[in-house]
Amino acid sequence: MSERKDLTRRRVLKAGATATAAGAVTPYFFTSPALADGHEGFRNAPKGDTVTLGFNVPQSGPYADEGADELRAYELAVEHLNGGGDGGMMGTFSSKALKGNGILGKKVAYVTGDTQTKSDAARASARSMIEKDGAIMITGGSSSGVAVAVQALCQEAGIIFMAGLTHSNDTTGKDKKANGFRHFFNSYMSGAALAPVLAKNYGADRKAYHLTADYNWGYTTEQAVQESTEALGWETVAAVKTPLTQTDFSSYIAPVLQSGADTLVLNHYGGNMVNSLTNAVQFGLRDKQVNGKDFQIVVPLYSRLMAKGAGANVKGIFGSTNWHWSLPDEGSKAFVKSFGTKYGFPPSQAAHTCYVQTMLYADAAERAGTFNPCGIVEALEGFEFDGLGNGKTLYRAEDHQCFKDVLVVKGKENPSSEFDLLEIVEVTPVDQVTYAPDHPQMRDAEGNVVPIGTCNPGA
Amino acid sequence: MEALILQVLNGLDKGSAYALIALGLTLIFGTLGVVNFAHGALFMIGAFCAVTLNRLLTLSHIVVDETQKDFLGNPLNVEVPYLYDFFGQAAGDVIIDWSVPISILVAIPVMMLIGVAMERGLIKHFYKRPHADQILVTFGLAIVLQEIIKYFYGANPIPTPAPSAFTGSFDFGAALGFDPNLIIYPYWRLVYFAFAAVIIGAVFAFLQFTTFGMVVRAGMQDRETVGLLGIHIDRRFTIMFGLAAAVAGLAGVMYTPINSPNYHMGMDFLVLSFVVVVVGGMGSLGGAVLAGFLLGVLESFASMGQVLEVLPGLNQVILYVVAIIVLLTRPRGLMGRRGVMED
Repeated sequence: MSERKDLTRRRVLKAGATATAAGAVTPYFFTSPALADGHEGFRNAPKGDTVTLGFNVPQSGPYADEGADELRAYELAVEHLNGGGDGGMMGTFSSKALKGNGILGKKVAYVTGDTQTKSDAARASARSMIEKDGAIMITGGSSSGVAVAVQALCQEAGIIFMAGLTHSNDTTGKDKKANGFRHFFNSYMSGAALAPVLAKNYGADRKAYHLTADYNWGYTTEQAVQESTEALGWETVAAVKTPLTQTDFSSYIAPVLQSGADTLVLNHYGGNMVNSLTNAVQFGLRDKQVNGKDFQIVVPLYSRLMAKGAGANVKGIFGSTNWHWSLPDEGSKAFVKSFGTKYGFPPSQAAHTCYVQTMLYADAAERAGTFNPCGIVEALEGFEFDGLGNGKTLYRAEDHQCFKDVLVVKGKENPSSEFDLLEIVEVTPVDQVTYAPDHPQMRDAEGNVVPIGTCNPGA
Repeated sequence: MEALILQVLNGLDKGSAYALIALGLTLIFGTLGVVNFAHGALFMIGAFCAVTLNRLLTLSHIVVDETQKDFLGNPLNVEVPYLYDFFGQAAGDVIIDWSVPISILVAIPVMMLIGVAMERGLIKHFYKRPHADQILVTFGLAIVLQEIIKYFYGANPIPTPAPSAFTGSFDFGAALGFDPNLIIYPYWRLVYFAFAAVIIGAVFAFLQFTTFGMVVRAGMQDRETVGLLGIHIDRRFTIMFGLAAAVAGLAGVMYTPINSPNYHMGMDFLVLSFVVVVVGGMGSLGGAVLAGFLLGVLESFASMGQVLEVLPGLNQVILYVVAIIVLLTRPRGLMGRRGVMED
């Protein structure tokens, strides 16, 4: 299933030309002699017997728990890459380039940064890992704002960015970069996967009321769910933006019933979602009947940590997720076993995507035979793989977005533990969530397609 | 009309939280002259008293259930609360279900103790220092307290539900002759409003009708003279700090079912509560309560869709706009006294 794409002379020349051009426009701090150590044609080329990866995750702030789970996954991935533990998904990965002897024979070391889920802090920590620690690749994060900001920095710096948890269309839409890659799914895919399940369970004649977090990710998710549900016959009666700092959503939820809506879509994530869902359930919305139908609530993007925060309020509520530990495929089972044995509980979807991204980077370097970012880009573009927990997956060349099956989940009625909160309702096939690279939702505000640009090796 | 009634109701419970925190802030400022930026942290610690009690009540031993499997395929370890062993499952479930109201009994002494320790251990050393120093040290303390809570409880919100008897909502619309479902309001928020009213009433009654309260009020007016009469006013003020901490803590305990508590919930309320205090008038207990409810209701109105269509973003600035208007027209706030913070 895996496919090796050899470096061609034309591509290498193209990369070289790009590097020269990038050098002309790269900000001074990335090119000053004191900082640029790319004596082998690309930035931060490993010189000794180790190669350093930079794990940039929220270690403080509201997403610190999610960041901690990402860090656990990264540490596990490093252990497996260096030949420790049971190897995890290296045994199920369709590509067999990884041998458990590090990457390209170099032992994998890592440094960590704290994004604080703030774009400026995330850029500062990424920059520090690149400039001071010599990180060859940056990965991680729990926010689209952070991912877009760090991705842009890595593009400038000539470092590969393997995004962590970021769900906004923009990360691989209008803000995509040649040096950036996303394994996680996106807002469009959530809408495309959820809408048919919602129509099947709640009918095609629904009036939806959207509450949307007032930032980039909220907008793209609202648009995706709105377009997908309207295409199946739903009507959107209102879409109200809520401040990101809002903690009590009562004044936003109270008018929902007065609007005549019979479905509430909460385009919220993290603490926003926990609070808005808790408030909506407190108001008894789910006990009401509107337009002759039971009132329903939908949460387009679920995470286990959010479900844990909202507690019993998630029962019976539909949403989508990138991955779930209960998946029966061999890759998922191997990862859950490794992670569960080491840490005592099952991994979250954030942990999964971070582990997979690390493996994919390492595998790409092995297949390319170099750490040169342009070699990595070439190895990942159009790469098809399997065995990493989501079935057959394609890293599309045009936008560096992974295309794979998407899970529609529902809050479990009778959870057996604090980790057993969601149940898989449907595995939506990849064909149903695939879109054209120039899809309107992936364009900028003027409707233009933003080119991905060319890879930057940074030296 | 329905929308207006609904937003008034929304504003009342939001205002209840503002009023309770602002009342405590004003008590501390009025008695000790300290601007306590750690007051939001006391609200948060109160909420975590409820979380802690809930965890204590659900302390469990493991029973292996061979019929079920865990995520690794091993027999499932089922957690059985010790309460079931002591009182039986039915009674144990009732106790756990009522853990938030029960937490009130725990939170009062715990919060008073924390308040007194905070005042004696740290804040008393800053009485004669400028307000800027007091703000810095209490703000620093708030960050330390919040990080301690995060260390032990994590960053994720922790669901702490209300007793099942209070789930669901009351249909005001049907009761007032409107169509059903138009004006609904959660039972627990009504409980919160009533609870806040009782606490505020109790604090005022304590200050108004007890000898202790009379001495404290006299001390607030003229600390030196009260001291000259041979009354150990500092000790009473320390107790008032403890009382203010308990009020903030109780506000936090009862707030847990409304929003799942997390370590930074205090900061979310702190700045707004200071705005409330300033609008109400520094040092005025009545002003703090009045401004708390007033701003709570105004904030709710500003969040209405019809208002936001005309003035987008008003909901995020309304409190500060009101504060500016009040300070321009009544520089001492709605019920502020001459001479407070005017040196």
